[in-house]
Amino acid sequence: MIAATPRLVLRGRDFTAEAISAAVVVLLVVVAATTSDTFLTPANLTNLLKQMVTTGLLAFGMLVVILTGGIDLSVGSVVAFTGILAAGLSAGLPIPVAMTVGVLAGIAFGLVNGALVARFGLAPFVVTLASLTTIRGLAFVYSEVPITPTDPAFLGLGSAMLGPVPLITLIMAVVFLAGGVFLSRTPAGRSIIAIGGNAETVRLAGINVRKHVILAYAISGACAGLAGVVLASRVGIAQPSVGVAFELDAIAACVIGGAALSGGRGSARATFGGVLVLVLINNLLNLYGVQSFWQQVLKGLIIIVVILVRRK
Amino acid sequence: MSLVLRGVTKDYAGVGVLHGIDLEGRFGEVLAVVGANGAGKSTLIKILAGAQPMSAGEMWIDGERVGLRSPHDAHERGIRTVYQELTLVPGLSVTENLLMGDFPRRRGLIDWPAAHARAAELLESIGFGAIDPRTSAERLTVARQQMVEIAKALVTEPRVLILDEPSAVLAGSDLDSLFALIRRLRERGVLVIYVSHRLAEVLDLADSIVVIKDGRVIETTEPARTSEDELIRLMAGRRLEQIYPDRRPEPGDLRLEVSGLTRDGEFEDVSFTLRAGEVVGMFGLVGSGRSELARCVFGAEPASAGSGAYGSPAEAIAAGLALVTEDRKRSGLVLGMSVRDNIALTTLKGPLIDLARQRDQIGGMIDRLGIQPEGCAPMVVEHLSGGNQQKAVLAKWLLKSPRVLLLDEPTRGVDMATRVEIYRMIDALARDGVAVLLISSDLTEVIGASDRVLVMAHGRIVGELRSEQTSEDQVLAYSMGTLT
Repeated sequence: MIAATPRLVLRGRDFTAEAISAAVVVLLVVVAATTSDTFLTPANLTNLLKQMVTTGLLAFGMLVVILTGGIDLSVGSVVAFTGILAAGLSAGLPIPVAMTVGVLAGIAFGLVNGALVARFGLAPFVVTLASLTTIRGLAFVYSEVPITPTDPAFLGLGSAMLGPVPLITLIMAVVFLAGGVFLSRTPAGRSIIAIGGNAETVRLAGINVRKHVILAYAISGACAGLAGVVLASRVGIAQPSVGVAFELDAIAACVIGGAALSGGRGSARATFGGVLVLVLINNLLNLYGVQSFWQQVLKGLIIIVVILVRRK
Repeated sequence: MSLVLRGVTKDYAGVGVLHGIDLEGRFGEVLAVVGANGAGKSTLIKILAGAQPMSAGEMWIDGERVGLRSPHDAHERGIRTVYQELTLVPGLSVTENLLMGDFPRRRGLIDWPAAHARAAELLESIGFGAIDPRTSAERLTVARQQMVEIAKALVTEPRVLILDEPSAVLAGSDLDSLFALIRRLRERGVLVIYVSHRLAEVLDLADSIVVIKDGRVIETTEPARTSEDELIRLMAGRRLEQIYPDRRPEPGDLRLEVSGLTRDGEFEDVSFTLRAGEVVGMFGLVGSGRSELARCVFGAEPASAGSGAYGSPAEAIAAGLALVTEDRKRSGLVLGMSVRDNIALTTLKGPLIDLARQRDQIGGMIDRLGIQPEGCAPMVVEHLSGGNQQKAVLAKWLLKSPRVLLLDEPTRGVDMATRVEIYRMIDALARDGVAVLLISSDLTEVIGASDRVLVMAHGRIVGELRSEQTSEDQVLAYSMGTLT
């Protein structure tokens, strides 16, 4: 019984992935608004906007790597390391500098991942599985105990509001907007997508495949570094144990957004839709007071349903 | 007792490929389907095989309307398809490929002697007894692999057997076995749907012939009532006066000088030159090292010794080279991307790509090469026919206005009408001063379309012949080492 899902095609482009995500998001919002009194309260909406930032940033970075046909399992550990590094450095350095160093550390981890994959032809799954454990270990080496930044200004990034919108949500939105332009309009973005489709063809077209694969992992590292710093600033404490299994949410968001794990297919817009779906599900289950273990079960089932619906 | 299609249409992403196909095949006949590349033959096959759903239309078998949802559905109905592309599992034996899980067992375990015996019996019964069922599929020649593919479709006797270009890789006695097999199947009441570019074969084998052009059936005829010329005229919509253009080469400046080039294990001490405005053919049997040589010159693989090769594809492209590889699926195209994005790959310019300019440029190139169907730029390139895929690869490189064009088997799996277009294009490029290297294993083509022919054998250039003074016999003799 393989019936083809009808495709939504506008001006020759296939918007099916976006349309499905949009429909699911609208459905979730309607259900939430009608079944919960608290969903539409300003406090909950602000909370929702803040909650999506970590998953959102990680998902965009993950998308870029998945487009090349790779995977980055190390992002959760990078979140922990960069957060605790920035919090630790903020004791002696100006806060913006400490945070920048945190993001740079994320980029450095990405460059190492990318180099191992591109230069030595190692499997992305194995390379980033190894860095997942290595970087987690480094986070604990840096500080076994959680670090609470002494300067309250460290919390400024995570708590600042621009009108009704948290600053960090705007940062994430800018990442997605700029990322969307990067993927659809720049030679590097187009090359990264093409590499996931057929790396040999791209190589013979005179494009440096290795450089672009390394770039993809560096972008993922940068996003994870930013997510780590933002998370530490938002919750006001940096823990070496934070971020376990964050990579799974990021991958889930990409897949819900229609990205192919084999590479070559996926978009920033649809991935953002995937992020919204995940965050709304979390929020909704919280509002209903569903016990957290059941939340995990339900989330898994909902992801499977969404993927089944979008299957070609 | 027939298989009938009525008003079958198919479109991909809103672009129509089939526009109302009607055809009827009776059980116990050979129905040939012919058409130029891009006419819609492959799509039609996929619909018959259940691999693609039709967008609209009906399919009837024995007066019963059927809807095929999957290849499995088609199998249940007795429809078996042998595609051009080989689908054998390389590491498994012929027996395993043939029986695919349906093994004879003894006490719960696979009875290997019995399985091999059954495979051998099957191969023998269809005239392919020369194949040892114990051999692993990857060790067979392409021709033999094709025969195993056909045998696989006959493990349970089909009612409808669809053969897509089965003769493309077969020759000599293998081809005779295939034709004898098709005739036997017809006598046993099987409907054989035979798709081929080789019109002589079609006229010899078929009971009825359907000519498809631009997604429509434009003629249903019989061998006795038609001729090769008429079929070509119908397929192309015009008469083919001359296949190869009249070359009057005026070689100009030196564009490529390869000297003593060696890549260990592939070719040795190769020297040749290409000048502006000339078309140089390169002939060699499979395994002679020609494709490896082209890739090495282009910088795709490093050279072991000698000069003339570039350090990387990027360097080669910067110097004005372009390489159309022999395997467009593996190294010519990104199959899952659109036609436009594929063609754009060589000309990505930043920081921001000018989408309007790109669309114009690529649209112009699509029109110039006549890539079908109309408006195919946003279509996923995988859905184009072989000939049009090849044109998309050419378009990608022509956008770079190359000074040296390396073409490796540019007409493989391409129909006659498109071939003629490609030969004309090669001629026109050479007239504009491009130096062309035409690598081919088609003797007629290599002599007809080029000015001089380099012959390769066992990794060396063993002869250089003027096209107008040589013959197919002579070129072949050089390539097999009987002339030096």
